[in-house]
Amino acid sequence: MAIDAATVRKVARLARIAEPEERIEPLVQELNGILQWIEQLAEVDTDGVEPLTSVVHATLPLRDDVVTDGGDAARVLSNAPKSTDGFYVVPKVVE
Amino acid sequence: MTETFTLKGRTGDWEIVLGLEVHAQVASNSKLFSGAAVGFGAGPNEQVSLVDAAMPGMLPVLNRFCVEQAIRAGLGLKAKINLKSRFDRKNYFYPDLPQGYQISQFEFPIVGEGEVTVDRIDGSSFTVRIERLHLEQDAGKSIHDLSPTETYVDLNRSGTALMEIVSKPDMRSPEDAAAYVKKLRAILVTLGACDGDMEKGNLRADVNVSVCRPGDYEKFRETGSFSHLGTRCEIKNVNSYRFIQQAIHYEARRQIEILEDGGKIDQETRLFDPGKGETRSMRSKEEAHDYRYFPDPDLLPLEIDPAWVKEIEASLPELPDAKKARLMADYGLSAYDASVLISDADVAAFFEEAAKGRDAKLVANWTLNDLMGRLGKDGLEITASPIPAADIAGLVELIEKGTISSKIAKTVFDHMWAGEGAPAAIVDKHGLVQITDTGAIEAAVDALIAANPDKAEAVKEKPQAIGWFVGQVMKETGGKANPAAVNEILKAKLGL
Repeated sequence: MAIDAATVRKVARLARIAEPEERIEPLVQELNGILQWIEQLAEVDTDGVEPLTSVVHATLPLRDDVVTDGGDAARVLSNAPKSTDGFYVVPKVVE
Repeated sequence: MTETFTLKGRTGDWEIVLGLEVHAQVASNSKLFSGAAVGFGAGPNEQVSLVDAAMPGMLPVLNRFCVEQAIRAGLGLKAKINLKSRFDRKNYFYPDLPQGYQISQFEFPIVGEGEVTVDRIDGSSFTVRIERLHLEQDAGKSIHDLSPTETYVDLNRSGTALMEIVSKPDMRSPEDAAAYVKKLRAILVTLGACDGDMEKGNLRADVNVSVCRPGDYEKFRETGSFSHLGTRCEIKNVNSYRFIQQAIHYEARRQIEILEDGGKIDQETRLFDPGKGETRSMRSKEEAHDYRYFPDPDLLPLEIDPAWVKEIEASLPELPDAKKARLMADYGLSAYDASVLISDADVAAFFEEAAKGRDAKLVANWTLNDLMGRLGKDGLEITASPIPAADIAGLVELIEKGTISSKIAKTVFDHMWAGEGAPAAIVDKHGLVQITDTGAIEAAVDALIAANPDKAEAVKEKPQAIGWFVGQVMKETGGKANPAAVNEILKAKLGL
């Protein structure tokens, strides 16, 4: 699998990362390098080996269904660039 | 066999194919991954934890109750419970999704294939195959009309647990789609997994609509190949049975128009506008979503102990299908009456309470026709009925004993609805007891015949004219005379 300039632009757009045009070509090189390196792993025979989902031998913790949080809109909003009447306020977005 | 729903076009007949993705909010106290409250009506951002607001460093911790409800729902759908499932991130940007991704289950959902038996109004039924059920987070709410230049965001709903239930494309008419949602709702509400409140959006459907020519769908079912079906459009977030049907009608017509004009359908997401009764495109193709799912590194795979599933299975309440069968067997109800009763667990409970020791068919009629009709008109649920089940039972008892006629019962019912109390007391207070005293009826009949000798003569030639006499006697007695007794006495006195 090789990545071209169009893919880099698309991925950057999907991730909302602004990459100036002169960065695109170097990124193509870098990402292809990383991918090649990862593809080397495909040489290992993994037939019959369960995918490793975690390096720790732990089970997913579950919590009880009780309300322990919330009720503090001021704290939630304290970092918002703009808020009004308890709402976050952002530039207009319409689907 | 019910006839296939067909739409006539200029170039011939068309059929429709429908698959639904139903989002059902889990009836939990707190959110799927945080301890903030789930609820309706709190002030903006009052039910938000720092996890829901996606503050850096916050970690999700899964709610056991939500997992349990997903398992219960899965069992209710006769589905396979996957003892190992996984949470994935579905990536997209929108202001009401502060994480920049929704935690969902993509490759390995908690519940696999199942099925739902759906009842039609005509008493027939059909099966909808379930593809999967998975757990995911809901997003927050964007409000666009508070400011002309800005969008207001409330994250109270952010992180609320949803069960997404995906059906196979097994529905073939707008009515069948609505009936499927109705049945699904009844199952989830019975299980207590979801409160089923569609008005609040706690149960809503994304409807996939495509059209095809007669015969194509059968080929699809034989081969499993979607190439036999038309391109589908997905109508998002439809939250009433009526809107589901309207949206499907409109969308199918729209697609047929395009195809008959030689065009092709673009696979897209559309919105239903209930005001205009039409669907419109929601996202342009250029914006086509690329969600880049990947396993959420903050969450380990969910492993479920089979013993827990067994324990849950043992605790399940009587499910709608079993209840329907029991209502038909125990109370002699028709398939239709039984399926209407089970569509709402509260209505079924009300019926069973009222039917104890009474004529069940009569109780069903009064509950489903008179009471439900009135409740519907006033927008009330049966749990808020001003008439308790015991009073419906009392009313039916008075009819059974012949104290009042069915006709008078309607009047008594009106007084009951007005809050005048128990039916027996109403009958006493308003003097509505049926006159079965033949003496009184005979006196009225005698007076009537004496006053109308010509009519009494005419009725001998034209026996159906007796109706006029019956009407007069009923009028004379304020509708309280026993109609059977009136008829009998009239026939005797008129020599018929």
